[in-house]
Amino acid sequence: MIWLGIDTANAPLSVAVVKDEVVVAELTQNNKVTHSIGAMPTIEEALIRAKLSVKEIDAIAVSAGPGSYTGVRIGVTIAKTLAWSLQKPIIPVSSLQALTYNVPYFNGVICAMIDARRQHVYSGAYQGEQVIIEDGHYAVIDLLPKLRDLHVPILFVGRDVTMYWDIIEEIVGPHALRAPFTMDLPRASEVIRLAMAQPTEAAVHDVTPIYKRIAEAEANWLKEQKANGK
Amino acid sequence: MENQLILAIETSCDETAAAVIKNGNEIISNVVASQIESHKRFGGVVPEIASRHHVEQITIVIEEALLQAKITPSDLTAVAVTEGPGLVGALLIGINAAKAFAFANSLPLIGVHHIAGHIYANELMQPMVFPLLALVVSGGHTELVIMKEHGSFEVIGETRDDAAGEAYDKVARVLGLPYPGGPHIDRLAHEATTAVDFPRIWLEEDSYDFSFSGLKSAVINYKHNVDQRGGEISAEEVAKGFQDSVVEVITGKAIRAAREYDVKQVVAAGGVSANKGLRTALTAAFDKEGIPFYVPPLALCTDNAAMIGAAASKMYDSGVRGNLAMNGTPGMVLTNWCE
Repeated sequence: MIWLGIDTANAPLSVAVVKDEVVVAELTQNNKVTHSIGAMPTIEEALIRAKLSVKEIDAIAVSAGPGSYTGVRIGVTIAKTLAWSLQKPIIPVSSLQALTYNVPYFNGVICAMIDARRQHVYSGAYQGEQVIIEDGHYAVIDLLPKLRDLHVPILFVGRDVTMYWDIIEEIVGPHALRAPFTMDLPRASEVIRLAMAQPTEAAVHDVTPIYKRIAEAEANWLKEQKANGK
Repeated sequence: MENQLILAIETSCDETAAAVIKNGNEIISNVVASQIESHKRFGGVVPEIASRHHVEQITIVIEEALLQAKITPSDLTAVAVTEGPGLVGALLIGINAAKAFAFANSLPLIGVHHIAGHIYANELMQPMVFPLLALVVSGGHTELVIMKEHGSFEVIGETRDDAAGEAYDKVARVLGLPYPGGPHIDRLAHEATTAVDFPRIWLEEDSYDFSFSGLKSAVINYKHNVDQRGGEISAEEVAKGFQDSVVEVITGKAIRAAREYDVKQVVAAGGVSANKGLRTALTAAFDKEGIPFYVPPLALCTDNAAMIGAAASKMYDSGVRGNLAMNGTPGMVLTNWCE
């Protein structure tokens, strides 16, 4: 069983090839190369290094968001076009839960965080397979008290945790733990491992990014409709 | 010779489109998923919404294009996609789908300029004859392009501010008409017998450039003045006045360019070339000049992938190839692909 994994949900890029539960190749970078330029050549490179042809792929796992709108769209578009072209299953997974997979054997709660600007984050908290706080778009100031009130050690993971670390420590207190920086980047092999754990195959045409936010124009339009009493 | 079959993909704005083109001039399938109903409520195309729709539609549209063409990917010669110009987030969906499809099927990839595509829509109707003058009028472009041969483009004039289609949409908004406004103005203009007199913006005497923002302002000022006097404008007469000005200037410049460059054929391209007023005026004017003038049917004037396939076919023959690092180029310049 050969898996291709793709994560372009945020600035870092990760592509992995897993064969029979062995990571054959994994390329991860965090160098601000736009995914539109970098993703496809990296997929080609990963397959070359794995000494496999694209036709040998049996399944595709993709980090479907939340994250950067454009980033998740590029990953999802590539994954679904490959899956459809190859007539192989596609399994979209949560970009946040995939990040928590970077940290196995931690018994407390793991909170993954991706910056969404303006003091907001995409975040979700997991304990093993159990969802503690659902993936969503949260104001940092609303999210952290919920984590504090769990009164258990909480491990924060993700490259954007750093920029919020002061307020995390301030609100969550001594229960706040910081994952080592080597675990902060999304890893496509973990995207695959997560997909293997929830093999709910999706109909390829129906796979769409998980935005967790409606578009700004739509939000304004809905507000206007409400104001007009419609 | 074996048939050349190109799968073309276009997602530069608010249409998700895919087509299969045979030998550069025959449409085997041409699928367009329009988002216009979704954007109407915003009064214009919202880039983020457009990108969201594209990613939902893209594989469905490509599949439909292949199904209608009754072919499989192994029958294809190459994959083509609009590389720019356009909305960057929208372009990226088509480009990444095209790259993934080309990679999965080991096919060559060709990145096409959107305007080259609009011009080559004409090749799907009758062979292009050079030297040729192309008049490109759409929501994003107003250009006069001289072509001496396939793949050779010289932009001799372009808009310095609003595109013609943009001016139509803005004036339509002033008149309280729904989006997109062009067809409504065209219709109202035909219902009027008299027209409000608006200026003709010719710019410098020898210029082939266009400017429509002054005309748009004149319409806004006219409405403002009438409103202030407590009067009521006639939407029909304003529409006719506006359209007469646009049509007269575009036609006048196109005729002058056709004469100066001694062209053998004039083609119109882009969504606004579907405008009845403009079409009628250009047809009559070039008929008088004795120069063959062609406008593609409506479905090939508005954004579609068939036109991208038509241009890509000639690019393929010239040896043009893209690669997996192709990026969306929102401000892409129309450059020659011939030697």
